[in-house]
Amino acid sequence: MGRDDYKSLTARRFGLALSGIALVCAAAVADLLIGPSFLNVFDVLAALVGLDGAGDPMTIVIVHDIRLPMTLTGLIVGASLGIGGALMQTILGNPLASPYTLGFSAAAGLGASIAILTGFSLGALSAFGVPLAAFITASLAALLVLGLAWQRGMSAEVMVLAGIATLFLFQSLQSLVQYMAAPEILQEIVFWVFGSLLKADWTSVKVSGSVLVLGALLIIPDLWRLTALRLGDARAASLGVKVKPLRLRIFAIVALLTAGAVSFVGTIGFIGLVAPHIARMLVGEDQRLLLPLSGAAGAGIMIGASIASKLIAPGAIVPIGIVTAIIGVPFLFGLILKQRRAYW
Amino acid sequence: MTLFVKDFSLSYGRKEILRNISFTLPAGCCAALIGPNGTGKSSLLRAVAGLQPHGGTVSLLSGARQEEAIAYMPQDTGTASALTVLEVILLGRLRSLGLRIAEKDRMAALEALAVFGLTDLQSRTLDHLSGGQRQLVFLAQALVRAPDVLLLDEPTAALDLRHQILVLDIVQKHCREHGILAIAAMHDLGLATRFAEQIICLSDGSILATGTPEAVMTASTIETLYGVTADISRTASGGFAITPTGLADAVIEQPERVSA
Repeated sequence: MGRDDYKSLTARRFGLALSGIALVCAAAVADLLIGPSFLNVFDVLAALVGLDGAGDPMTIVIVHDIRLPMTLTGLIVGASLGIGGALMQTILGNPLASPYTLGFSAAAGLGASIAILTGFSLGALSAFGVPLAAFITASLAALLVLGLAWQRGMSAEVMVLAGIATLFLFQSLQSLVQYMAAPEILQEIVFWVFGSLLKADWTSVKVSGSVLVLGALLIIPDLWRLTALRLGDARAASLGVKVKPLRLRIFAIVALLTAGAVSFVGTIGFIGLVAPHIARMLVGEDQRLLLPLSGAAGAGIMIGASIASKLIAPGAIVPIGIVTAIIGVPFLFGLILKQRRAYW
Repeated sequence: MTLFVKDFSLSYGRKEILRNISFTLPAGCCAALIGPNGTGKSSLLRAVAGLQPHGGTVSLLSGARQEEAIAYMPQDTGTASALTVLEVILLGRLRSLGLRIAEKDRMAALEALAVFGLTDLQSRTLDHLSGGQRQLVFLAQALVRAPDVLLLDEPTAALDLRHQILVLDIVQKHCREHGILAIAAMHDLGLATRFAEQIICLSDGSILATGTPEAVMTASTIETLYGVTADISRTASGGFAITPTGLADAVIEQPERVSA
């Protein structure tokens, strides 16, 4: 032990974070290679790197227009939910907080269900109808929780309670819409609610990706203030953190990240809760490392689930929302059992 | 750095917590703020630190800004976090921290670690420290801000005797060496008189008495403040021995009403 003890700890944590990110990149390549059309590995790789005349045009179309957008959307959605979950747990000081447990995803599900039920579209931009409706209701849920919390001084306890109540409210409304829907519409709604990367295309990559980049940029100035918040409101305030505006600001960013992520692919609940815990066990509470690694963990679970969803039923793709928990829970349990110290 | 607090008042909604508080304390001075529970000690410290809106003025001779020159250390309520000791101390330099930790901030934190004998604990997480070690970490965090005024809310609460003396001695030494003014809210009157050159007695939201321990620490002050009778004597080492002898008559005759 000496003066540079913390420096070596930080170097070790950076190493872990980089290894995690490298692992996710490798998994993403594997995800691109796997699919129901059983393409040749070398053809896929050639199509990916854009070698002229490599592979047949069908392979290029499948890789460029189907697999690549799906994998990239998976990475973006997983990262958005992972970062959103970590932020939520930090600002609320609650290990059970996540965009899902606070009702954002359920609200997006309601918006999408209503749009599907009513055939809501935006004329020429018909593909945007459902995502836009999901985005609007997710934002409304966030406003509802914020409005309630604002009345009570933005206290973390009120926000958690209001969020859980919002989850139940929007789940009930969603059930009501499903109950009223005709069988073929119901099937479409259920498929959306399951969450699936099959809805991904280059539009979802661009929109969700832009939201993720914007959210990440907005968070950077507050990284140390968020770290200070892990000492509790009173200590953070004593260090000069304006706790209420910070909580409000970050809550809005999480709402944006979540709405941007789930609007296109549907309800995916498990990642926002678990990815931050995996990251926290590996790199601790310094948000400069925790947030990127939460994003990487979220992306990793999402891609792992994507691979599994293609392997479970060869020739078909099981909705990813069904698989995320099946993939993530054993991994989380393994980490918990291996962990020798408390991490929360 | 001389601190001037003038016509200070504080209310929570319609409830008046503090009123007509005025005092001046010189640089390098250690002061103790004493008084019964709920009398506004913590509120006074928080407000002086600029963390709560208040009436009246708080000013420093240097003209430095309240939030920058005054460091406030809240009472330790068993803060459990997986942040490491060095990270917690670095947070004291929150205003200057960026994506990369600047060398001057890192060196200041390492210096504080060394001063408090915490170097070997720098990578240990806060939840693996004893109450005494945790309090030293938070003290280091407050001092790494290089404040002119240090406000401590019950810095010795829940500490064993050795750590009580250790924490207060470190504060005293730091104040003398760096010309810092420290005000600590305290319940232990013996420790308060040992620590402080000035005592501020707060009763029901206003100042009952202020001055040196010799001037303030009398049986009548203690009876008025706490409703307790006490024998006060000077020890061979020049300190105060305060022995409570019972509740004052007025309190015995009119016990606090306990609501069911």
